[in-house]
Order: sequence, then C-alpha cells, then structure tokens
Amino acid sequence: MTFRKFAAASTVSLLALGSTAQAQTQIDWWHAMGGELGEKTEALATAFNAAQSEFVVVPSYRGTYTETMTGAIAAFRAGEQPDIVQVFEVGTGTMMAAEGAIVPVYQLMADAGADFDPNAFLPAVVGYYTDPEGRMLSMPFNSSTPIMYYNKNLFAAAGLDPEQPPRTWAEVEAFSRQIMSSGTAECGFTTGWVSWVQLENFSAWHNQQIGTLENGFGGLETELTFNGPVQVRHWENLARWQQEGVFQYGGPGGGADAPPMFYSQTCGMYMNSSASRAGVLNNTPDFEVGIGMLPYYDDVAGAPQNSIIGGATLWVLAGGSADEQRGVAAFFNFLSSPEVQAQWHQDTGYLPITQAAYELSEAQGYYSANPGADTSIMQMTLNAPTPNSKGLRFGNYVQIRGVIDEEFQRLLAGDVDAQGALDAVVARGNALIREFEAAN
Amino acid sequence: MQTKRTIFGNKGLPYLLLAPQLAITAIFFLWPAGQAVRQSFLREDAFGLSTTFVGLRNYRALFDNPEYLDALQVTVIFSIATVILSLSIALIMALAVDRMLRSAGTYTTLLIWPYAVAPAVAGILWWFIFNPAIGILPFVLEQTLGYDWNHNLTGRDAMILVIIAAVWKQISYNFLFFLAGLQSIPTSLREAAAIDGAGPFKRFWTITLPLLSPTTFFLLVVNVVFTLFDTFAIIDATTGGGPAQATNILVYKVYDDGFVGLNLGSSAAQSVILMMIVMVLTFIQFRYVERKVTY
Repeated sequence: MTFRKFAAASTVSLLALGSTAQAQTQIDWWHAMGGELGEKTEALATAFNAAQSEFVVVPSYRGTYTETMTGAIAAFRAGEQPDIVQVFEVGTGTMMAAEGAIVPVYQLMADAGADFDPNAFLPAVVGYYTDPEGRMLSMPFNSSTPIMYYNKNLFAAAGLDPEQPPRTWAEVEAFSRQIMSSGTAECGFTTGWVSWVQLENFSAWHNQQIGTLENGFGGLETELTFNGPVQVRHWENLARWQQEGVFQYGGPGGGADAPPMFYSQTCGMYMNSSASRAGVLNNTPDFEVGIGMLPYYDDVAGAPQNSIIGGATLWVLAGGSADEQRGVAAFFNFLSSPEVQAQWHQDTGYLPITQAAYELSEAQGYYSANPGADTSIMQMTLNAPTPNSKGLRFGNYVQIRGVIDEEFQRLLAGDVDAQGALDAVVARGNALIREFEAAN
Repeated sequence: MQTKRTIFGNKGLPYLLLAPQLAITAIFFLWPAGQAVRQSFLREDAFGLSTTFVGLRNYRALFDNPEYLDALQVTVIFSIATVILSLSIALIMALAVDRMLRSAGTYTTLLIWPYAVAPAVAGILWWFIFNPAIGILPFVLEQTLGYDWNHNLTGRDAMILVIIAAVWKQISYNFLFFLAGLQSIPTSLREAAAIDGAGPFKRFWTITLPLLSPTTFFLLVVNVVFTLFDTFAIIDATTGGGPAQATNILVYKVYDDGFVGLNLGSSAAQSVILMMIVMVLTFIQFRYVERKVTY
C-alpha cells in the first residue's frame, strides 16, 4: 500500500468512527459484579442497547466493591470519572457526603424530565438510600438480606424434621448439638459476613439500636451503640459455641471459608446473603437445601423485627454532559421496569426493588416453583421498620467493618470477652466516625 | 592503581546523557514522593472536595495510635525472620549445588523456578495449602500432631504462614546470587586450606563466607527492601493483614488506610515514615555493615 492510499484509507475509517460516536451517546458504567453475576450484569446493558439507539451503555468490571469505589473516586480526582458507578451500601455515607461529586437520582430524573415514581420502589430498600427529606439519592441495583440455609439431608439423618428450620437461637443450639451428637456432621452452623449478619442485622432483627441519631441517618454527629446487653449476649454465645464446635468461623469480611464448610457438609446450617442462593444450589448437588429466616432470641422484646439490606446501588457522578445524564435516566428507568427487575431478581436472588417486580414474579409462579425464594422479602418486610431497623449510615464504615472483624477474631482467640470486644468496636468505630466528621 | 578519567570535550554532553535517567527518577520517584509529603500535611475528604492544612497532626495521630505501633512491631518481626531464613536456606542450597558435579544445572533451574511465580499467585497457592477449611496442611497437622491450625484466628499461625510464603519466594533470588558468588571463589584457595588440614567447616567459616561477603551484603539490602515493600501481594492474597492485624505490616497498612479506608492524609504520612525508615536502614547498612565486607 502506498502512503497516499494508506492516508486516504485511514481518513475514511476515522470519519466512520467519528460518525458512529456522534450518533450514540456513550454512558460508562463501572461495576463490581464478577463471575456469573457479571454476565447477568453485562446482559442488562446489552438488552438496553438493543432496545433503543440513542445511547450505548458500556459496562466495565472494576474488581471488588472496594476497588470499584476507590477506582471511581481516583478517576473523579483526575477528571476521568464514569457516568455511573456501583457502590456497596457501606460506602453510602462517603458518597452522600460528597456533594458536588454526585448527582442525586431525584434531581437527575427531574432534570431529564423522565417519568419517575419513587413510590413504586420497596420502602425497605429505598429507605436506605434517601436523604432526610426522603428524596432518592442513588438507584438501588442489587440489594439482598441475610437468610439461613440448612442441609435437609443432615437434618433427617440427625432425626430432625427436615421441613422445619430452627426459629430461635435456642433451637439453633439444640439442633446443632443433635447434629453433632448423632455423628452426622462435625459442626452445627457457620456464617458469612460476621459484621453484617451477626452484628448489624442481628441488632435490627432484635430491634436494638446500632447507633444514635437513628443509626446515623440523622447526621454525622452519630455514635455507635451496638455494645448493648443483647449483642453482648449473642457474641458471648458465639464465642462459647466456637469453643464447643457448635459454630465454626469462616474468616473475616465475607467469610470465604464459610460456604465450603456448608457445601462439604461439615456444618449443617449456614447464614449468608439471599443472593448466595444460586451459588448454594449450584454447589450442593448431593443434598437438598432448605431456607429459613434468621434465628432470634425469643425472650428479647420486639424480636423478630425486620432484617436490613446489604448490596449496592448505582451512583451518578457529576461532570457528564446533559445528553449523558438523559441517557443515565433512561437506563435507570429501564432497570426498574417490572420485567427487567423480575428477571434480575429471579436470576440472581437479589431482592426485587419495586413492588411491581415482586408481584410480577408472583404472577409468573416463581415463588411457588422455588420454595424459599421469597423468604428474604418476607423477612425484610416482616414489620414496619423502626428507627433501629431502618438500616445504618456511618462515615468510614468500610474501616469500621474491618474493626468489627478484628475484635471478633480477638474474642474467638480468647484475648478479650464479648463485652470488651464490642466496647472496643464502639470506641474504635466512634474515633473513625469523628475523623470522617472532621474531614467533611 | 591509576584512576581512569574520561574527558568530555562538550560540557553539555554528560548532562544530556544523564537526562533520561534523571527524568525517570524525577517523574516516577521525586514527583510522587513530593506529592506524598504534601498530602501528609493535609486532611482531605475522599473526593478532594474540601482540603484543610493540618500540619503534623497526621503524624502525631499515628504515634498516638497503638495499632500503628503494633504494625511497626509486626513489620520488624516479619522482616528479620524473612531475611534471616531466606538468606540462610538459600546459602545452604547454593553450597549443596556448588558441590555437585553432574545435574547441577537441573537443580539450579528447579530452584529458580519459584521466582518466576507472581507474588499474588504464590500467595493464593499458600492460602490454598494452609486453608483451615479446605487446605491439606491443617488436615495433616491435625491428624499427625493434633495441632489445630487456624490462621484466621491465631496470629502466630498467620505470621508463620506469611513468613513461609515470603521466604519461599525469595529463596530463588538469593540462591542464584549465592551460587554465582560461590563459583567466583577460586578453588585453589579452598584446596590450599584443605592441604593445610582445615576441615569443611573451618574452610567454610574462614574462606568461603568472608569471600562471599559482598554478595551477602548486597542480598541483605535487597531482601530488606523486598520484605518492606514487595511482600504486599503475599499479605493481600493470604491473610489480608489479619487476624486482628497480626500480619498488618507497614506497607499493607498504607494500602489499607489509603485505598480501602480513603484516609489519604494518614496513608501519606505512613508512606513518608516508611520511606524514611528505608533511607535510615540503607544508610546504616552502607555505613557500618559494609565496613566488614571484604571485596
């Protein structure tokens, strides 16, 4: 090829590229969904792109939740931020405080003139992500709540009723001992996410305060208070059960070692996110899995209350053009349409974020075909949320989660008692919250 | 001995020849290091929307913080153990291979192999072997010695795990340098000593080890830097600094506070302190240890 021909060819191809870029507005979406969930996430973008021709959503996987969030923040500081970023619930405090860096969803929808009804969403989900005036700040995407999985075959072998999951912690202990003494398994139960399941959700489920000012929803001056007698009693029990083998610890954070203990039938019961359902069913071809609600102490007044959510929402970062923001609004409307939501909910085990998606799933016969799939929704909506069970919102909460893990490990290692561990969590956590308050 | 001197006719030429290297140092070291120093005097929210100058507050907060002092202690234990173990095991292996007449090449290749494994991959391998729930080693320990290995809970187990992983990674590198060092020692010296009646141990202590000292000194510096910085991936993949910060070394804490906790001021202050520690250590090594080295 002569140089002239080459130059001509490249000019033509450049022009071609330029024209496609002009025709469609590109919307960058950073997310943290790997593996199977990642494929489902990409499929949502593909479906949206096929459904209209004005915008093109480009999803890109950015690693773990922490990596995605910190990556987006670093990109913002460099002026290269994506339009949409997926942020986990414990990052909510940080994102909310970043006025000027984010575009609240209610404002985005109003600016774009989009048809948008905030009342269509499940209050238990949306309540977590609204400002004190009740306006929606970010778009719920994947929300889940912890539930209990149990091994029906082990239950039957141990002489327990396989259709009856334990309702109270006393039953969890009794069932565990029966499983262990009958020799069917070496441990009773394990859990993922000690911080989220055995402290935050535990507190909400027993209507115990997590922090002052409505668990932090009321302002940055909040203080942690989850070192009350009910939580201390539960952590004391967990430490004792760990000593006796009734409970086995699955590690910090999400508890990476917990699922294998349940899959390999080392433990008969397992508490984790409702979004683990697909993974649990895939990994347990040898036995039947039953699903129940989280256990509670029946002598605590007000228990069971309702559980709270975890998962992530989509935040819109400031700096995009008006066209891009219109595109984001259209994409959010697409995501919350009943058909898309119902499909996403059924594929992944995440909660449906709108009432309509829940009703559609019911009408499609999903819950009758998949017993236990609606346990999470029933548990979350068991009672109207109180100020103690609406959720939680604290600055620097990513680090506080780490502190909870550390103190729990010290408790299990016998370095400190339950009261001491929770007092330390509160003291160290409050110091982090004060630091956040000072920086914002 | 006469010193060689090259005279450049053009005064600008030496600077021009140095320029690429100086530019790289400035862009990739001086500029970021300067940024870190600047950041360490500021308090800033994650997005950089509000910035306050706080003077030495970030540094004072660190030294008032028992967790930081713990991390310092953990780093000292980890570094000393890793450096001593990786140097001595590598030296023993190099001595063994050096005596081999045949198949030394095969052994050398096998021993260098681990160095080609990325630290994160090595970390995952060890994580898998030592995993309390699914790993083979805890199972064997339980069966044979009745020892309940759980690095998720026991700080000592976790420390042993990261030391093993770091040492395993570093042995290859040290081995290669020791072997090259041994091969450059003239055989005649050792033979002469043997004729004079010196046994193998005597020969090792009085001839081999002193003649190896430049290599050992070089490796000491490199290994200390390795344990302080490059072990990040191993810690991240195996213990994540846990349990209860038992393996939270300084460089991991910099990452954890800065990139996970988004506390940039404190993280910057920690990296400045870490930089100073390395400068002081290197200075001490060159000033005092090098005097004992025979070139």
